[in-house]
Amino acid sequence: MAALNRRPDDVTAELGAFGLVLALALAALSTGLAAAGRARRSPVLAGAGEGAALASALAVALAFAMLILAFTTSDFSVENVAENSHTAKPLLYKIAGAWGSHEGSLVLWCLVLTAFGAVLARGRLPFGLKSSAVAVQGGLSTLFLAFAVFTSHPFTRLDPAPFQGASLNPLLQDPALALHPPLLYAGYVGFSVCFSLAVAALIEGRVDAAWGRWVRPWALASWALLTVGIGLGAFWAYYELGWGGWWFWDPVENASFMPWLAGAALLHSAIVTERRGALQGWSVFLAILAFTFSMLGAFLVRSGVLTSVHAFAVDPQRGLMLLGILGAAAGLAFALFAWRAPRLAGGGLFAPVSREGALVLNNLFLAAAAATVLLGTLYPLILEAASGQTISVGPPYFNLTFTPLMAAAALILPAGPLLAWKRGDLPGALQRLAWAAGLAVVLALAGYLLWAPRQAVAAVGLAMGAWLILGSLAELLDRVRLFRAPLAETGRRLRSLPLGAWGMTLAHAGLGVFVLGAVVETSFKTETAQALAPGSSLVSGPWRVTLNAVRVVEGSNYLAEQGRLTVERASGGAAREITAERRFFPAGGQTTTEVGLDFRGLDDVYVVLGERRRDAAGTGAWTVRAYWNPWARLIFLGPALMALGGLLSLLDRRLRLGVPKGRRTA
Amino acid sequence: MRLRWLIALLAVLCMAAAEPPPAPDRPLPNAAQEARAERLFQEIRCVVCQHESIADSPAGIAADMRRLVREQIGAGRSDDQVRADLVRRYGDFVLFRPPLKGGTWLLWFGPLLVVLAAGLALWRFSRRSRVDPEPLTPEEEARLANLLSAETQRHSADATSSNLERSKGDS
Repeated sequence: MAALNRRPDDVTAELGAFGLVLALALAALSTGLAAAGRARRSPVLAGAGEGAALASALAVALAFAMLILAFTTSDFSVENVAENSHTAKPLLYKIAGAWGSHEGSLVLWCLVLTAFGAVLARGRLPFGLKSSAVAVQGGLSTLFLAFAVFTSHPFTRLDPAPFQGASLNPLLQDPALALHPPLLYAGYVGFSVCFSLAVAALIEGRVDAAWGRWVRPWALASWALLTVGIGLGAFWAYYELGWGGWWFWDPVENASFMPWLAGAALLHSAIVTERRGALQGWSVFLAILAFTFSMLGAFLVRSGVLTSVHAFAVDPQRGLMLLGILGAAAGLAFALFAWRAPRLAGGGLFAPVSREGALVLNNLFLAAAAATVLLGTLYPLILEAASGQTISVGPPYFNLTFTPLMAAAALILPAGPLLAWKRGDLPGALQRLAWAAGLAVVLALAGYLLWAPRQAVAAVGLAMGAWLILGSLAELLDRVRLFRAPLAETGRRLRSLPLGAWGMTLAHAGLGVFVLGAVVETSFKTETAQALAPGSSLVSGPWRVTLNAVRVVEGSNYLAEQGRLTVERASGGAAREITAERRFFPAGGQTTTEVGLDFRGLDDVYVVLGERRRDAAGTGAWTVRAYWNPWARLIFLGPALMALGGLLSLLDRRLRLGVPKGRRTA
Repeated sequence: MRLRWLIALLAVLCMAAAEPPPAPDRPLPNAAQEARAERLFQEIRCVVCQHESIADSPAGIAADMRRLVREQIGAGRSDDQVRADLVRRYGDFVLFRPPLKGGTWLLWFGPLLVVLAAGLALWRFSRRSRVDPEPLTPEEEARLANLLSAETQRHSADATSSNLERSKGDS
C-alpha cells in the first residue's frame, strides 16, 4: 500500500542520489588519476584511477538498487516513481518501470557504462594502452553521469506524495519489453569500450594485432547483445502493436540499427587487424563510429527532435546537453583520428581476391548501408531545418536503397570464408560453392512457379536466403572434408572444429534464415477483417478462424474483453483454441490489444479482437482481424541464431588465449 | 462480486464510448483495384500518427484516408493521380517514398555516392599498394651501382675498424 507520508527514516531516494553524485565524483577522479598515471608513467596513480573506476561502478549500482527499491515499494514520494508506477502493477513491471522513463533509463545506461569501465580496469592490458583507455572510459562516464545528476535526476522527492502513481504506459507492460532496454543498453554501451580502446590506441600511436584481439571480444559481445535487444523489440512490436508489423524503419529503430551495422563491420575488420595487422586505421574508425552511433541514438530518442513511438517526451534543453556530449566525445575522438591515423604503420599487404579483400568489400557494403540509414533518418530533420520542407522517409525508400546494399553484401558473403588470406583462389572457392548456388537457383525457380500469387521479389529473396544458409554450410562441410575423406575422418574434424567456426557458420546462416522469413512474410501475408458474432467464422489464407465466445476478464491492473477463438485449416485438420484480448487500463485510461497467436510450424496465425459493434441482426458482434503470416517464425529465429553465433565465437578459446583472466567474466 | 462485474462492465462500456470506433473498412469489390489500394496504403503516412502508414494505423483519420484512396481508385484514378491528390491535401509529408526533386536529390543519390566514393578509394588504395617499380634509367643504374659499391666499401671499412677496436680491447 502506498505510504501517504514518507517515514522520516526512509532515506532510499537520498541514498540513491548520494550514490549517483558519488559515482560522478569517482568517475571524474578515475579520469584524472589514470591520465596522470599515464603521463607520469606511474603505476600507482594509474592503479588508483582503476580503483576509482571500480568504485564508481559500485556507486552507480547502489543508486540503481535504490531506484528499483523505490519502485518495488511504490514510494510515490519519489517523483519518478509516482509518474511511472502504480501499486496494482505486477512486480516485474514495477522493476521494469525503473528503466521505463528517461531518468531511470539514463541511470541504467550509466550503470552499464561504469560496469564495463570496471571490467576494462581489471583487464590485463599493456600499461600505456590500459591507463589511456581507463581515462577515456572514465571521461565518458563523467559526461553521462553529469548529465544524469544535473539535468535528469531520478530521485527528486514530491511533497506531499500522491496517493497513487500514474502507472507505466501499458504498451510497455510486457515481458519482452521489460528485458529489451537492459539488453539494448548493454549492446549500445558495450561499444563504449571499443571507443575507449580506439582513442587510447590513437593516443599511444600504436594499433597492432594485439589491439585487434582486445577489441574483438567487446565488439562481438556488444553486437550479439544488441542483436538480441533489437530482436526482442521487433518481436514486441509484432505481437503487441496489433497489426503484425515488426520493423517500420521508424527513426528510433534506425537509431538502434546504425550501431548494429557499424558493430557488424567492426567485428569483421577487427579480424583482419588481429590476424594480418592490416586495416588498422579503418578498425579504429569503426570502433569510434559504433559508439558515436550509440550516442546519436541516445540523442535522437531523448531530445524530442523526432516523433516516434519509442521516443521519451523530453525538453529540448536536455537534447542540447546530449548534443554537447555527443559533439565533445565524438568530435575529440574523430579529431584525434584525423591527426594520428595517417601515422599508423601500414599492415600486411593483400591481393584484391583474398580473405582480406572479401572482408573489405563486406565492410564497404555494411558502411554504405549504415550511411544510408543515417541519411534516411536525419534527412527530414535537416531538410526541415534548412528549407522548411517536410518530408517522410519510410519503408519504400529503404527498400530501394538499403536492401540492394545488403543484398550485395549477402551475395559475396559465402565466398569470403573460403578464400585464403593474402591471395585467394576465386575459381576454387566458386567451385566449392557451385552446389549451394545451384540449389538456391533451383529453389527460387520452384518458388516462383509454385507460389501463388507469383512474385519475382519473393523468389529472389528465397534464392538469397538459401544461398546464405547453404553457402555457410558449404564452408563448414568443406572444412570437415565431407564425402572427400572417410566418415571417421570427417567426424574427427567436426569434433575438433573451433567454436569460432561454428559461431561464424551459425551467424551467417542466421542471416539467411532471417532473409527467408522476412521475404516470405512480407510477400505473402494475408489480412482478413470481418465483424463476427459468436459462433461465426472467417477465412484468412488457408485458415479458418471461429469466434466462440467473448467474456470480460479482470487482470491485476486492467479489465479485458477476452475472445476465445478456434483456428483450423479451412480444408480440415487439427483445431486449436487461442485467446485474444482488448485490455483497458483504468490507471491511464488506455486500451491495448493482446493478440492471439497460433504457432503453426513456421507460420503464425495472428488474431486481433477489435471493437464491439452491432451486426445487421442487432446482436453483438466484434471486429476480428486475422492475419496469416507465413514463415514469420524465421524472422525472429534468424537474429537469435546470429546472436548465438556471436556468443559461440566469444567462447572460443582461441579468442581468449592471451586475453586477461579478468575479462573472461565479461 | 456482482458489484465488481458491474464495474467491469461499466468500464468496458466506457472504453467503447471514449473513442467511437472508426467505421469498418469496406474493401473494393474489384480484387485488382483492392490490391492496388492496399499497396498504396503501405506508402502513405497517417498524418497524425508517429511514423505509421495508413495500412497499419488504427487512428480514425487513417481510416478516412483509406476510404479516400479506395474511392479514388474505384473512380478509375491511377496510382500517381491518387498520390498527387494526397500531396495536394497534406504536402509531401504524406508520402513515405519522398518525391525526387531539388531538396531530396542528395537523399536519393547519397547511398550511391557513398558506394562510388568508397569504391574509388579502394581502387586507388589497391593500385597504390601494388605499384610495380618502373625500370631504372641508365643514369640511375650508374648511381645505384656507385652507391652500392660505396656501401660495401664502407661496410668492410667498418668491419676492419671494429675488428681493430676489438683487438685493441683484447690487448
